[in-house]
Amino acid sequence: MHIQEELSQRHVLSLTVSNEAGILARIAGLFTARGYNIDSLTVADITADHGVSRITIVTNGPPKVIDQIIAQLDRLVPVHKVTDLTENGPFVERELALVKVAGIGEDRIEALRLADVFRAKVVDTTIESFIFEITGTTEKVDNFVGLMRQIGLVEVGRTGVVGLIRGKEAN
Amino acid sequence: MAEKSGADILVQCLVDLGVEVVFGYPGGAVLPIYDALYNHPTIKHVLVRHEQGATHMAEGYARSTGKPGVVLVTSGPGATNAVTGITDALLDSIPMVVITGQVPTQLIGTDAFQEADTVGITRHCTKHNYLVKTPAKLAEVVHEAFHIATTGRPGPVVVDIPKNVQIATAPYAKPELKVHASYHPQTKADASAIDAAVEMLAAAERPILYTGGGVINSGPQASALLRELAALTGAPVTSTLMGLGAFPASSDQWVGMLGMHGTYEANWAMNQADLILCIGARFDDRVTGRLDAFAPNSKKIHIDIDRSSINKIVDVDVPVVADIASALDDMIALWKQRNHQKVDLTEWWARIAGWRAKKSLDYAEGGAEIMPQRAIADLYAATKATGKDVIITTEVGQHQMWAAQHFGFDAPNKWLTSGGLGTMGYGFPAAIGAQMGNPDSITICIAGDASIQMNIQELGTASQYRLPVKIFILNNEYMGMVRQWQELTYESRYSNSYSDSLPDFVKLGEAYGWTGIRIEGPQELEAGIRQMLETDGPVIVDCRVAKLSNCFPMIPSGAAHTEMLLDPSQVKGSMTDEAKALV
Repeated sequence: MHIQEELSQRHVLSLTVSNEAGILARIAGLFTARGYNIDSLTVADITADHGVSRITIVTNGPPKVIDQIIAQLDRLVPVHKVTDLTENGPFVERELALVKVAGIGEDRIEALRLADVFRAKVVDTTIESFIFEITGTTEKVDNFVGLMRQIGLVEVGRTGVVGLIRGKEAN
Repeated sequence: MAEKSGADILVQCLVDLGVEVVFGYPGGAVLPIYDALYNHPTIKHVLVRHEQGATHMAEGYARSTGKPGVVLVTSGPGATNAVTGITDALLDSIPMVVITGQVPTQLIGTDAFQEADTVGITRHCTKHNYLVKTPAKLAEVVHEAFHIATTGRPGPVVVDIPKNVQIATAPYAKPELKVHASYHPQTKADASAIDAAVEMLAAAERPILYTGGGVINSGPQASALLRELAALTGAPVTSTLMGLGAFPASSDQWVGMLGMHGTYEANWAMNQADLILCIGARFDDRVTGRLDAFAPNSKKIHIDIDRSSINKIVDVDVPVVADIASALDDMIALWKQRNHQKVDLTEWWARIAGWRAKKSLDYAEGGAEIMPQRAIADLYAATKATGKDVIITTEVGQHQMWAAQHFGFDAPNKWLTSGGLGTMGYGFPAAIGAQMGNPDSITICIAGDASIQMNIQELGTASQYRLPVKIFILNNEYMGMVRQWQELTYESRYSNSYSDSLPDFVKLGEAYGWTGIRIEGPQELEAGIRQMLETDGPVIVDCRVAKLSNCFPMIPSGAAHTEMLLDPSQVKGSMTDEAKALV
């Protein structure tokens, strides 16, 4: 007997939650306990009184599992609202990466040229290295990192995705 | 404002919340609370023998009275011993508040004596949990904890209180209920969903009401409304294990429990229905059998207070998120307003009569051994003849299924069993808790010889509080359900399923001051049951039953409702790996 896997879709979920002890463990634990996937997770408080945080989770799963994830998250007492950005119309998503690249001579010039194309900023430099700061969609960051790998990628730090619905309304 | 210690604040909150009984066990980290409870005028403390016992007693109390069960245990092992019962309450949606002691705040995280990360450990087996770090917050948290445990889909809530927080003082005034702004369970259904549900029900030619524990959790009114809706529609009614009693087993419209050990007629009616109205049940794997063959030609309406239960396993056509009583009330009102009449279900009932004629719960009798089904049937008849209120609890296994099949329940809150988690060791403490909340009822734990041993230490608790609970053991010297699965799946290789070195249950009972009765053959059965019921105090009955009886009918793992095994002759003794891999 072999274990069958189902086809997955990527979804970006945006949650507002009470900013209280254990909330992140509750959410991360729900994903592990029920066998859901987390591709990335970001969290920071977003109100003046620090009472509410926004958590953005990139997950993947079959549509039925995504519906369950939303329903299960919504059931947690400190969760205010769960929005599936992928389902709820156009939205903006961005992540930020710091990309360290080492090289000399032509490699160095090529790295700078590509950084320009991707509108990445140089935030640190030595004679033999750069750290670039790049923001964009996950795909854009992936592409940039992929190119840098061919030149001399040393290491990468990524924030994971944050996202908001387009237009004037709050979600 | 007068200051109170954390322990006094807690006890004051329990009084204000109407708590009458606390099931618990003292220890270092709850000594201040125990001192505050010393000789308390209104709160009765039941001293258990093991913390797991306390949690199941609280569940039994809650399920039989409709009030939340309250547990008080110490830090570390006290809390970890409670985890099984907390998880059981989560899976069966039982309102329960568990107060755990914790090491003082300055010692948290230092691996202090009897320290465990209680909020961490219980985070995913509670509806919600708290660590309270200041006495000033305690009253608010305790009130919220009871609110969360008892509203929406009920469940267990843990409040972890460090010892220094129990001793430190804070100004106290009875708090206003302040609940998380994010907590607002939907209890009233959308009108459009009710409309769709009523119209589908009015048009259905082969409807069935598939009811579950949610009806009982919603309160006695929900059971009354279910009966009214069943009368209005004339539809057959089946129920999950958890929902037994919400609809009377004595009704003509009752087709018995469904699922793995449900009746032939209930499962076939589910399979052939054109409309399934699911009321407070959750399409559990024990109910659906093989999913792709589950009720293939039916429309489905699902009423549940928990949105995450809907479309979790089976996709439904009309979701109705609401409290059961509220939704049934709305449906009945709309049904009457639209002047809907009963659809002629003669043909549907004729088909059901055909399935009923299989008499799927029948069993062969006549040997020298007591058939376990006969023992349950006689117990049912004898308890019914007393005319008294009867509460039945069970452990987990074959005896549980036989009790569900052969004991008739006509009222809610009289059947207490561990359905979701399937916890051996649940039934006996649950009976103690139920007896505590219903002193005038006959409370019987139907048990197996293996599972009764899982919390047998509570014999002392029943003795101490003069609780006249009865334990009725169907003793076949096996973990019968394990043995049954080994016969079905592993060619009868009985790996570790024989109950070797069983105690003498009669003498064991007597050692605790109980009455012990042994029933060894069919000719002793009636008299033994009568003696049990006529004895005033607690009684343990060791009823020796046929050793190799199995529980039928049965839908084996991976099979459809239409592929039920009706008797042992249909057992093949082995299964495919795909079927073996299912629970």
